[in-house]
Amino acid sequence: MKFGVVVFPGSNCDHDAYYAIGKVLQKPVEFIWHQSENLAGCDSIILPGGFSYGDYLRTGAIAKFSPVMKSVEKFAKSGGQVLGICNGFQILCEAGLLPGAMMRNLGLRFICRHVHIRVEQTDSPFTNAARKGQILKIPIAHSDGNYTCDEATLVDLEKYEQVLYRYTTSDGLDDNAGNPNGAVHNIAGVCNRERNVAGLMPHPERAVEFALGSSDGLIIFRSMVEAMVGAAKATA
Amino acid sequence: MATASLEIKVTPEIAAEHGVTREEYARIQGILHRDPNITELGIFSVMWSEHCSYKSSKVHLKRLPTRGKLVVQGPGENAGVVDIGDGLVAAFKIESHNHPSYVEPFQGATTGVGGILRDIFTMGARPIAVLDSLRFGEITAGKSTPAEEAAKNRRILDGVIRGVGSYGNCFGVPTIGGEVCFEPCYSQNPLVNALALGIARKEEIFLAKAKGIGNPVIYVGAKTGRDGIHGASLLASAEFTEESQQKRPNVQVGDPFMEKLLLEACLEAMHTGAVVAIQDMGAAGLTCSTMEMASRGGTGIEIDLAKVPQRETGMTPYEIMLSESQERMLLVAEKGREDQVLGVFEKWGLDAVVVGQVTGGGIAIIRHHGAVAAEIPAHPLAEEGPVYDRPLAAPAPRNQTATDWFDFAPEGTNLTQNLLKLLASPTISSKRWITEQYDTSVRTNTLAGPGASDAAVVRIKDPKTSEVKRALALSTDGKGRWCQLHPRLGAKHAVAEAARNVAASGARPIAATNCLNFGSPEKPEVMWQFSETIDGLAEACNALGTPITGGNVSFYNETLGKSIYPTPVIGVLGILDDINCLLKIGFRNEGDRILLLDGAAGGASPSPTTDSSREFSSSEYSKSIAGIVAGEPPGIDLAAEKRLIDCLGALASQGAIQSAHDISDGGLAVTLAESCFASSVAGAQHAAPLLGASISFDEAGPAEFSLFSERGARAVVSVTPTNLAAVLAIARQWNVAAREIGQVTGDGSFRIEQKKRAVIDSSIGTLRDVWANSLELTLQPK
Repeated sequence: MKFGVVVFPGSNCDHDAYYAIGKVLQKPVEFIWHQSENLAGCDSIILPGGFSYGDYLRTGAIAKFSPVMKSVEKFAKSGGQVLGICNGFQILCEAGLLPGAMMRNLGLRFICRHVHIRVEQTDSPFTNAARKGQILKIPIAHSDGNYTCDEATLVDLEKYEQVLYRYTTSDGLDDNAGNPNGAVHNIAGVCNRERNVAGLMPHPERAVEFALGSSDGLIIFRSMVEAMVGAAKATA
Repeated sequence: MATASLEIKVTPEIAAEHGVTREEYARIQGILHRDPNITELGIFSVMWSEHCSYKSSKVHLKRLPTRGKLVVQGPGENAGVVDIGDGLVAAFKIESHNHPSYVEPFQGATTGVGGILRDIFTMGARPIAVLDSLRFGEITAGKSTPAEEAAKNRRILDGVIRGVGSYGNCFGVPTIGGEVCFEPCYSQNPLVNALALGIARKEEIFLAKAKGIGNPVIYVGAKTGRDGIHGASLLASAEFTEESQQKRPNVQVGDPFMEKLLLEACLEAMHTGAVVAIQDMGAAGLTCSTMEMASRGGTGIEIDLAKVPQRETGMTPYEIMLSESQERMLLVAEKGREDQVLGVFEKWGLDAVVVGQVTGGGIAIIRHHGAVAAEIPAHPLAEEGPVYDRPLAAPAPRNQTATDWFDFAPEGTNLTQNLLKLLASPTISSKRWITEQYDTSVRTNTLAGPGASDAAVVRIKDPKTSEVKRALALSTDGKGRWCQLHPRLGAKHAVAEAARNVAASGARPIAATNCLNFGSPEKPEVMWQFSETIDGLAEACNALGTPITGGNVSFYNETLGKSIYPTPVIGVLGILDDINCLLKIGFRNEGDRILLLDGAAGGASPSPTTDSSREFSSSEYSKSIAGIVAGEPPGIDLAAEKRLIDCLGALASQGAIQSAHDISDGGLAVTLAESCFASSVAGAQHAAPLLGASISFDEAGPAEFSLFSERGARAVVSVTPTNLAAVLAIARQWNVAAREIGQVTGDGSFRIEQKKRAVIDSSIGTLRDVWANSLELTLQPK
């Protein structure tokens, strides 16, 4: 079992994801350079947060043309586990590996703070270690996290239970009040129909130790480990 | 001037247009033994500008303490460096970007942050935190501020905040603290001071000294354009006039993405071992970097400007040498290993070109397509510039009498409304609306972000092993209003407050950096303020054991002849040996006892004499409630400050207390309220209701003085009833008075009684809402 963290020019949460997996979770992890088409035998790929290529055109719009993304796409199509965090989520949307797109935050400002998200589904490699309805406290840090999609896609997302995480308040009672950026249906993270590719705006890698204010993000990484262990058993 | 060519014959008049005086011009002729050409004049003018040469401040700066057993590198390099143990060092420095931020707030602020970050990674250190100390004119209309001016100040603030955020957020460094203050004097001259902190292994620190004759000189990073020409000499080294807005083209443009690539590439290149020296191109760009590297290394340098990557055509040598395009570096590589260095930059997609070489003989030769464009002895240029011991004059004594001073309300007056008003004032109110626009948690080191603790606290991961050992605490403080009233005293308070803040986070203050913002040095009153400030800083830094390791001086902060308050901003760095001993400001348990610690022996409240009235007139309360700014700041007892600092350190390391918060702007009442606002119930997983406080005191006299005085050497701590005796014993041991003034309550109330009569009585929620929302309501009305 090995995680790979892709490094685009301008990625700035690559070290954090690496640290969370390698140091806190104590699982094998390595960096994958954006010009590499070789995923180095990794079983799970993380597209980290940051400002790939400066995000000067549109968030994630240039990164999707990176050589590494061809391999990531192939990997995803063959059922490989891919998680996009923040800018990584934006890249996955741009690359068409996840439905939807990001608009500027409702208030048109960058927002960094802890938010609460509810785990809506537990039958995915990104949520299987959580309880359904569990509320996680995880920080966000973005300008463009206002998730949107067309009506038909939205209906499908809900119908196929692809909304994995939804913004809410700490008590889980008022999703609209907990939504920091205006995302449609208070969506914080989604997966694809096949459930092997997911993206979320909050940063689970920043919530991995009590000293950082929360360790709830570990639940997401543990889920990914569980899924890989399960997959290994199934093929054994 | 921007299109100047080689053919222009330099005269003293042209020199004067460059800000070069007749005497300075004669000195140039003396060094060159001839008249300079226009490119050489340009080079001298920026190198000898106030901003780059410190010509007016040098004679005074010598009085600052700069040595200490932990100081690895003092002033003179790109940043100060201190030993933080375990083979690691911290590089840190604060710098101003005031004028550009007024002319073009967004770009001014971004390039301020970009410049200080480059200073840090130029040293081989990876930046791990940024703090911003910001000062603006009043943002609400009032007596001294017309509505139009307040609106303009809000726009400046908005641009600066966006600029600071956009650069740090993209670069990937957390912006975790600083200050935001408001005074009318900053209306036409905001202060944008950015501090950056980085860490490195001790043996990996790089210096900017050219070495090794024949070693190649390599230009890396962004291409050179015409932006920022004369940023240092004309923008930063002259006061503002009505035409200053025309200087917008002199403001540089920042590209944080480019800088992020430059950071990674530079650190990677340094790790190859093939880099000999490195210097960023900040103020005065290629001029400063070539000349200073050669001068420091005692070598010469020869470069050909035709090889410099350019983004505009037809640039003259003058323009290339003076451009302040951002995100550029100059480095010297080991001869024969340049391909290794160039390879790293190629990997990161950055321009990297060998533009010349290190030479012997000490002469800097600047060629353009082979022809000599400038030929200057590097060392005299860099080190033998003019030094001025400018005249000093104390201002005429202010003719103040007791009638100008704050008039205390009679004993027993209920002050709840005044507390609400104070909590809503821009300087006191929550800065959440601002700080949430900064990425505060990237790099997962932030243990205490904005407002959580008195200092910003980041843990240190070993660059190689990611092992976490200690944490660093940082606080920036400046007391402009107090320095205006009494520069020497105000400067001491600034150091004491920054050190106290660091101590209240549980850390041990070890070193300082300073950014000295003043008016025109050509005015004797301003130079007197400067000189007094230096003496105050020196005395306080000596007393508190925090040598100054670097910083910068920003003169000419005036517009239309009106100076800002003299504003030394001090950044104090501290070490927290055990991250579990971190102290935050928030109360944690209902029933905990609240203690007032006072380093001044005895700790008795002074009687309400005219002295207290006079010093109270300098307080935030006096300004916000009565509109009075007068008198003098409270006296300071540096020994008492030191006792309090040591006592807080002992309490923290023994895990004896639940929270600590120093008393500063707004006094005891605001300190107590903030500890309630930041309360987090121990063990609660998610948001719990706010804790309140019940306080009582019995001394006679004006409650306003007891509650809102900003006397130093004091802090509020909370302690569990079982630990009370132990805490009192520790305080006694350090000769710090500890008085139990009340306890933490869980009924949601905030109540302060004097002789059993309530002087403050409110729900904590009401106070919190006013404090939390007022800035946002002012800046972004719904």
